[in-house]
Amino acid sequence: MSDTLTHSERIEAGLAKRYRAEKRFRLYGIGAIAVAMAFLAIMLAAIGIRGIGAFQQTEVALTVVFDETHIKDNNWQAIVKNSMYKKFPDVTSRQDKRLLTHLMSSGAGFYLQNLYRADPSLAGETRTVWLTASDDVDMLMKGAIDRASLQSERRVSDKEIVWIDSLIADGALELKFNTHFFTGGDSREPELAGIFGAFMGSIFSLAVCFLLSFPLGVMTAIYLEEFAPKNKWTDVIEVNINNLAAVPSIVFGLLGLAVFLNFFMLPRSAPLVGGMVLALMTLPTIIIASRAALRAVPPSIREAAWGMGASSVQTVLHHVLPLAMPGMLTGTIIGMAQALGESAPLLMIGMVAFIVDIPGSFTDPATALPVQIFLWADSPERAFTERTAAAIIVLLVFLVTMNLIAVVLRKKFERRW
Amino acid sequence: MELAIHTDVSANARVNTQGHTSKPHKVTAEGVNVFYGNKQALNQVNLDIPSNMVTALIGPSGCGKSTFLRCLNRMNDVVDGCRVEGEINLDGENIYARGVDVVHLRARVGMVFQKPNPFPKSIYDNVAYGPRIHGLAKSRTDMDEIVMTSLEKAGLLDEVRDRLDAPGTGLSGGQQQRLCIARAIAVEPEVILMDEPCSALDPIATAKIEELIDELKENYTIIMVTHSMQQAARVSQKTAFFHLGELVEQGDTMDIFTKPIDERTKAYVTGRIG
Repeated sequence: MSDTLTHSERIEAGLAKRYRAEKRFRLYGIGAIAVAMAFLAIMLAAIGIRGIGAFQQTEVALTVVFDETHIKDNNWQAIVKNSMYKKFPDVTSRQDKRLLTHLMSSGAGFYLQNLYRADPSLAGETRTVWLTASDDVDMLMKGAIDRASLQSERRVSDKEIVWIDSLIADGALELKFNTHFFTGGDSREPELAGIFGAFMGSIFSLAVCFLLSFPLGVMTAIYLEEFAPKNKWTDVIEVNINNLAAVPSIVFGLLGLAVFLNFFMLPRSAPLVGGMVLALMTLPTIIIASRAALRAVPPSIREAAWGMGASSVQTVLHHVLPLAMPGMLTGTIIGMAQALGESAPLLMIGMVAFIVDIPGSFTDPATALPVQIFLWADSPERAFTERTAAAIIVLLVFLVTMNLIAVVLRKKFERRW
Repeated sequence: MELAIHTDVSANARVNTQGHTSKPHKVTAEGVNVFYGNKQALNQVNLDIPSNMVTALIGPSGCGKSTFLRCLNRMNDVVDGCRVEGEINLDGENIYARGVDVVHLRARVGMVFQKPNPFPKSIYDNVAYGPRIHGLAKSRTDMDEIVMTSLEKAGLLDEVRDRLDAPGTGLSGGQQQRLCIARAIAVEPEVILMDEPCSALDPIATAKIEELIDELKENYTIIMVTHSMQQAARVSQKTAFFHLGELVEQGDTMDIFTKPIDERTKAYVTGRIG
């Protein structure tokens, strides 16, 4: 043998290479995580930068005269117009006057109407009120419309800019916190569009989804895992459940349309039906996760309970289920998070409709957060861009909150053995 | 055919009856066959177990002693593909007869497992679980008394008196096993099955459990599986030797270890096979 190295020497010679390989492997891992984190950061930053603007809204302080004749005619927009004319007495031509009133949102009149409804003694009075400016003014204030560009290329004319600047100089035009975004329903006017309607729609849908899928899923898992005989039929059921988890969500939407709407005649666009469709979609996820959780309970615990003379149901309810609960909750929250982000099946059952009112029950027409994002992303007005991003922020905050609740619940249920 | 089986039985189950007379039998097994699917795990076992004694089941791994033990409270029922033939009588009644309730049976025949398996609950709840599900305690004070007496009998009370609310899983291995024994005796069973109760314990904990088993035999019939022949010799009065699914020899522990009849028993107890 030409090889004169001892074992120990040969091992030593290879050591450096082994450590290098280990180091490389660790670097790959760190690299992968870094790339993933970078993408996450980019995504969050992009959404944040775009969406943060929607939390503020340009408002104009106007001296409003609650003119009784206009109140009688219910012509609230005329009151807004008169206030504007009074603010800019120099504007006289018909064309300029129209341009001037376009600085204000069409929602300003409604706001005054609501003020009057809340306090009828306002009739004939004069008040200074902050009213919502139009989306073009808002966009100019937020820098989305470039003042330096040619007049023909922007939606705000030079004249309007002069008026806006004079309002700013007076302290009568400011960016204020946009409460309406969090309390209002959808609108064609971006400055009046709010997320609350879609938020409530999502809450109602998820409530229905949870109430249906959690008990059903857990019961199914318990039966299949703990009680069902292992035979051909249970095999078939198992394969089908696993396949259902991979069915595209829009198919569930079609199923909902065909069965819940067309056959059972349930109301269209309702969170009730939305929740039922989402429950169909979530069920396989919950069942699979719950079965895995049940399987992870050590058999010694079951034996201990049986050995004490506990019946099968007692064994499951007293011992197996409490231990499997954290895992079941994890699976449920994954399913619910999926359901929260789902839009395709909701489109099929009409939850994509333009709905201004805030839903107050399970059968009121509603939309959901992801569908609202889709609708706004599709709208041509410039101001909807930031609202789309803001809606995504709301969706993500909702999701994180939901996950936090799940983590807390899981910690509460968790027991060691 | 019947006759053939009978002669076969008498051939494979040798009874070592030199010496002592036996007490009345608590458990008797007649012609027990156990199958896991197609594989036969026990073959024609006939065994009589006297009351208020410790009977040790010994034999090499895979010989069927644990399988036999688990037949005595029908723990094999839950094993898929497991089939039991023959008769096992508890006080003369076949526990495999139609209409026998396993829940009731397991309340009469308690079990302690190889690995301590307390429930992930408090020490108190562990012991109280059996009486609670069987409705044995009429009141809270009743339950307290049952728990205390059971812990006392299991020799654990002094160690855990001030922390009954602590989780049972937080105890040491030996304490956990004694907790499992306390849990088993809380329902006042007639028979206690022990499946290698000391195999996961250190020698000191083992000694305590053995001492406990010796005390418990005053009130209970104990059947234990053990891998340690020293243990069998120390704590049991009767011994049954299993080999390859057959009951080879049974009798007084002294006789089995000192004057075995069968060659295989002799080989095993002297350490040549196993």
